[in-house]
Amino acid sequence: MASNPDTSSTSTATRFEAPPLTARTVGITALAWLVPGAGHLLQRRWWRGVLLAVSIVAMFVFGILMQGKVYSPNTGDVLDMLGFLGDLGSGALYLVTKAFGLGHSALEIAAADYGTKFIIVAGLLNIISMVDAYDIAIGKKS
Amino acid sequence: MFELSHFSAAVVFAVFASVVFGITQRNTAREMVRYGLYCFVLFVGGVIAAGWVMWLIRR
Repeated sequence: MASNPDTSSTSTATRFEAPPLTARTVGITALAWLVPGAGHLLQRRWWRGVLLAVSIVAMFVFGILMQGKVYSPNTGDVLDMLGFLGDLGSGALYLVTKAFGLGHSALEIAAADYGTKFIIVAGLLNIISMVDAYDIAIGKKS
Repeated sequence: MFELSHFSAAVVFAVFASVVFGITQRNTAREMVRYGLYCFVLFVGGVIAAGWVMWLIRR
């Protein structure tokens, strides 16, 4: 007769409890979104912060130089809304771009489609970087 | 203004994305470098493989 499976392992398994939000954690996370790499630099992860900043900023700038489309807030097509959210992930880069009227609102050349993707992905990479900075701030990652 | 070929755009994309993936998805410096290189090879390898598939389809 088969024995019952041991259920004690589930009760002893460590459960991750979210740490309380502190002003420092929120500040680091917000700054990590606003300025790419800043979350790591603030926590003295120098080379990681520099590499993240260079990669994300360069990707965004390449996208602008390739005449990529910069999305505005909209309630139209779903892909347009997602494009805006992706762009917004770049934080200050997006805000400055919109403030100075940089970028294009419509694709004028075929290669500009690459630029549009570069700008969106730069924002998404910055969100990943922001989450990583948060993990470091709460001690989940070294 | 600034124009990249299909392949060079893919390589530039792969470099930047791999750097971010490597740093954020691993814990030690050695693992970060290894994972970044792994992602880069997959990105560029995927582009080359897809190119050959399209070439075969076109024939």
